[in-house]
Amino acid sequence: MDRDLEVLQLVIVIALFLLVSAMGFLAARWRRAQTLDNLHEWGLGGRSFGSWITWFLLGGDLYTAYTFVAVPALVFGVGAVGFFAVPYTIVVYPIVMLAAVRLWSVAHAHGYVTPADFVAHRFGAPWLALAIAVTGIVATMPYIALQLVGIEAVLKAMGITGEWPLIIAFAVLAAYTYQSGLRAPALIAFVKDTLIYVVVLVAVIAIPIQLGGFDDIFGAAEQKFASSPAPTDSVLLGDPAMLGYATLAFGSALALFIYPHTVTGLLAARSRDTIKRNMAALPAYTLLLGLLALLGYMAIAAGVTPVGDDANTIVPLLFDAQFPDWFAGIAFAAVAIGALVPAAIMSIAAANLFTRNIYATYVNRAATPEQEARVSRIASLVVKAGAVAVILALDPQFSIDLQLIGGVIILQTLPSLVLGLWRLALHRWALLAGWAVGLATGLWMLYDTPNATTGKEHFGGSQYALSKLGIDTDWTVYTGILALLANLIVVVVGSLVLRAAGAPRDRDATRPEDYEIDARDPRLQRPPATAEQGAAAQ
Amino acid sequence: MRGDRRHRWYWLLVVPLIGVLIPPIYNYDDPRLIGIPFFYWYQLAWVPISVAITALVYRRTRRGD
Repeated sequence: MDRDLEVLQLVIVIALFLLVSAMGFLAARWRRAQTLDNLHEWGLGGRSFGSWITWFLLGGDLYTAYTFVAVPALVFGVGAVGFFAVPYTIVVYPIVMLAAVRLWSVAHAHGYVTPADFVAHRFGAPWLALAIAVTGIVATMPYIALQLVGIEAVLKAMGITGEWPLIIAFAVLAAYTYQSGLRAPALIAFVKDTLIYVVVLVAVIAIPIQLGGFDDIFGAAEQKFASSPAPTDSVLLGDPAMLGYATLAFGSALALFIYPHTVTGLLAARSRDTIKRNMAALPAYTLLLGLLALLGYMAIAAGVTPVGDDANTIVPLLFDAQFPDWFAGIAFAAVAIGALVPAAIMSIAAANLFTRNIYATYVNRAATPEQEARVSRIASLVVKAGAVAVILALDPQFSIDLQLIGGVIILQTLPSLVLGLWRLALHRWALLAGWAVGLATGLWMLYDTPNATTGKEHFGGSQYALSKLGIDTDWTVYTGILALLANLIVVVVGSLVLRAAGAPRDRDATRPEDYEIDARDPRLQRPPATAEQGAAAQ
Repeated sequence: MRGDRRHRWYWLLVVPLIGVLIPPIYNYDDPRLIGIPFFYWYQLAWVPISVAITALVYRRTRRGD
């Protein structure tokens, strides 16, 4: 169906977009550094963000606009399974707390900018770092593209068609990220999250009252799922879905921490305490996300039908139907701006990986900090242009498939990155072999997964049927976890075999105390400014 | 040894995992809370519980305690 153009909503969205754009450019002067021409300043905001800034930054980074649009859409479509986002974002913090502070410490001790910097140093293996960096970039790209899906959903709900608004929004975003680096999304995150909190709190109080309470809302959902032909949609989990639900939540939590953009947010924090405090405070966003997920059911009860067959439009449409125009405008702006913050951080993270672990390691080994910053800035532009091109030129479904793959493949960097934080006797060749095996099995299983509902034969979802492994059951498991298991088996067995065969030990350039070091620690020297100096400083 | 005793607190972090990663515990409709099935409010209730546990671990493992 075509929607009429909503002028008041459009004016509010444009006004707020202009506001955050101005903030994005001015962010270059915020917490002013002598120069932004090195990656510690441009790419990590000077590594000086305190608890509040880190909370907004990581909140804006991890809980993206796509999440806010896609999770309710999933609940709208399939019910309880979509709620996995809540256990996922509950368990992520207790799981990553220890690893996050150790990574922060060792990165501060040695001036690492990317997760792959650490892997290169820890295992004396630049090619293992290259594998980690390329995996990170490949997994991040579709994630950036999906942020555009969030903006698109809002534009559709406002009755705007055409590609220009998207291109302009991303061009402006690219310009201020180029200028201000990580300071831009950090500053904009304040506006984004304030808007999101206000909108969601109003929505989850006002809309259920308008719809006659949660009894009616869940009643409507039960009725919809009962009358649909699909067997798996329901307000509760079916028995076969339970293992899949738990493993998807667990696997997604493991993946979230090792995405490059998460690491970027963590490394920008000022101290270990900043990170630990945030692990306790970030679940506030989980509560928000859980309440948002319930909007999927509210959309069912309100009789919302998606624009075209794009289920991602249901949240904007629900706002449009239930709120006065001006407040719907604010809600739309919140979603659209919510896409800009993670897109900026992700593009910076991908650009830093390219600069440090490809450019400064293989192309120009004598790169100065200024050259690194320039390369990273340009790479961040390329990454965003690529994301826009992918969304406009290809079916958005392609990005969704890619992001599904992204979660599975990023998990294959976990053994090198996370187990590397503890001084286990893992061997770099075994880690590389595990990574390759994990990738191959993960991609094969994804390829081997049909989707009965959409009629796709391949890449139909991230749940792998255990019956395909010869187990007589209708249960499913998250593909990423299975691939990670294969990966870990190869890593452990391979390390044992290599050690028994007398393979030389890794050239580990880190020291045990590096993992416990804190800000203002006398042992902490000024971080080396380039990858080259980092390698020379040992 | 002092460090070891502090590190024991980290085991508490396992509790939220047990709470929300075993769906058979909570995959029920009843009891409802203001019309919301148990499945949903139970998991949402784990957010503040998990926050409390993480905050406790943070306080107990701070340096210089």
